[in-house]
Amino acid sequence: MNEITLELSYALDTFYFLVCTAFVMFMACGFAMLESGLVRSKNTVEILTKNAMLYSVACLVYLVVGYNLMYPANPVSSFIPGLDFMLGSDNSMADISAGEGSPYYSSMADFIFQAVFAAATMSIVSGAIAERMKLWPFLVFAVFMVGVIYPVNGFWKWGGGFLDEMGFQDFAGSVVVHMAGGAAALAAVLMVGARKGRFGPNGEVRAIPGANLPIAMLGMFILWMGWFGFNGGSMLKIASLDDANAVARIFVNTNTAAASGMVAAALLYRALFGKTDMTMVMNGALAGLVSITAEPLLPGPGMAMLVGAIGGVVVVLSVLGLDRLRIDDPVGAISVHGSAGIWGIVAVVFTNPDATLGIQLLGTVIIFAWMFGASLVVLFIIRAVMGLRVSEQDEFEGMDAHECGMHAYPEFVSANTSDMDGTPLRSSAAADGLLASRKPVQR
Amino acid sequence: MHMIAAIIQPHRLEDVREALSDINVQGLTVTEVKGFGRQKGHTELYRGAEYTVDFVNKMKVEVGACDSQVDTVIEAIKTAAYSGRIGDGKIFVYPLSNVIRIRSGETDEAAL
Repeated sequence: MNEITLELSYALDTFYFLVCTAFVMFMACGFAMLESGLVRSKNTVEILTKNAMLYSVACLVYLVVGYNLMYPANPVSSFIPGLDFMLGSDNSMADISAGEGSPYYSSMADFIFQAVFAAATMSIVSGAIAERMKLWPFLVFAVFMVGVIYPVNGFWKWGGGFLDEMGFQDFAGSVVVHMAGGAAALAAVLMVGARKGRFGPNGEVRAIPGANLPIAMLGMFILWMGWFGFNGGSMLKIASLDDANAVARIFVNTNTAAASGMVAAALLYRALFGKTDMTMVMNGALAGLVSITAEPLLPGPGMAMLVGAIGGVVVVLSVLGLDRLRIDDPVGAISVHGSAGIWGIVAVVFTNPDATLGIQLLGTVIIFAWMFGASLVVLFIIRAVMGLRVSEQDEFEGMDAHECGMHAYPEFVSANTSDMDGTPLRSSAAADGLLASRKPVQR
Repeated sequence: MHMIAAIIQPHRLEDVREALSDINVQGLTVTEVKGFGRQKGHTELYRGAEYTVDFVNKMKVEVGACDSQVDTVIEAIKTAAYSGRIGDGKIFVYPLSNVIRIRSGETDEAAL
């Protein structure tokens, strides 16, 4: 390839990575909207803050240590990654024209693309523990999850570790991202317990409906759109006839699986209960997306339809099943990402000749054990040091007041200059913005 | 007949409802209200500025009861809504001069 073509090809592939990165980044908004729509209004601010903060924390931690752990230049072994901090410099003309195997896109683009994936994995956990886990202990967990736990699992497959050597196939991360997040979410849910009033003493499951379903639906569609970047970007290349066609095929399969997942979930739920539950319909689409994520390239659209549909069925059954097991998952994260992720990784064997059922399952079990076990240990330590769950009284009053000091929909508010019993507020200092300390709560 | 209006903590609603159905109360009305008694409000923070939220969320449960039932209803609500903390609420009892069931036209005790 002559130099002009090479440079153009490099620029195009880099551009493609960056656009996909932006799409996946916006999935953080999708998660935030979906989760905040499905919790009660008294917990809305806290979950939004949690989603925004976890995204930021994840990006920073992945930059400082996570990325290099996941893609070490010098791994210790195929089980243990290397350790390195921050990022190096980007490619030069000499780097990219060194023939076969040279980098063909910006290494900074590679970092940022992977960073938004790491943040997406972390978001999976925030929905499962909604309405009862304190904000800052969760963020501390995020540091360990994005700094160590997720990168090690990513290294084993995408960083060239032993799962990759074994022949484990996971194109865009049904297991490496989604089931991994689901496993960590399960650990967190078990550590923090169910919301008060969710399960009755005689095994009854009580509904706790979300307060803003339009926002939840907005979140789902944003995630769907972001997934084009998630699966499409995982092709890692576009600048050739075959690669461009491959990306287009991935887009078609991704969209098809989401659509059939949604329809299958809707049909199943209606058959079981006679109604069409919007939140299950949304979960169906997301489960379809998770299912196709393990292999969005090789199936034809018909196969993609089938994979997505089965994902939609799996998620409905999983949500109902987890409720029976008294595992409280307010948004269905463990079912959407965990259960459908497992189906997705198994479905690979139907279209990918390099995949075998045994290896797919073995890789899944190993990643599950690592993500679940390591998360459990870290959460155990965090619980001992700073506690995980809000107090019962704070759970009743809502996390917004306790964790964030504000409400999502404030009403009956007055900018008073004196307190209930006549004591003047420290209004001048507050007005100066010098003091962040709050007046003691009068109880 | 009397109308019993109980202002209770929102999370106690289920307990109160179950307690009332245990003593065969056939109907009630629930309203979301805001108010304060000794619980007072509290201050919150918005972008560094304090503001007071004087009113606390409560639930108002209204039950019509015939004279023989009034004491049992009050007792049931009191027990179910109790937590021992300031903010548990209050029960108000009003005299009720008439009750009419719209569908059938029954009045007084038959309509409760």
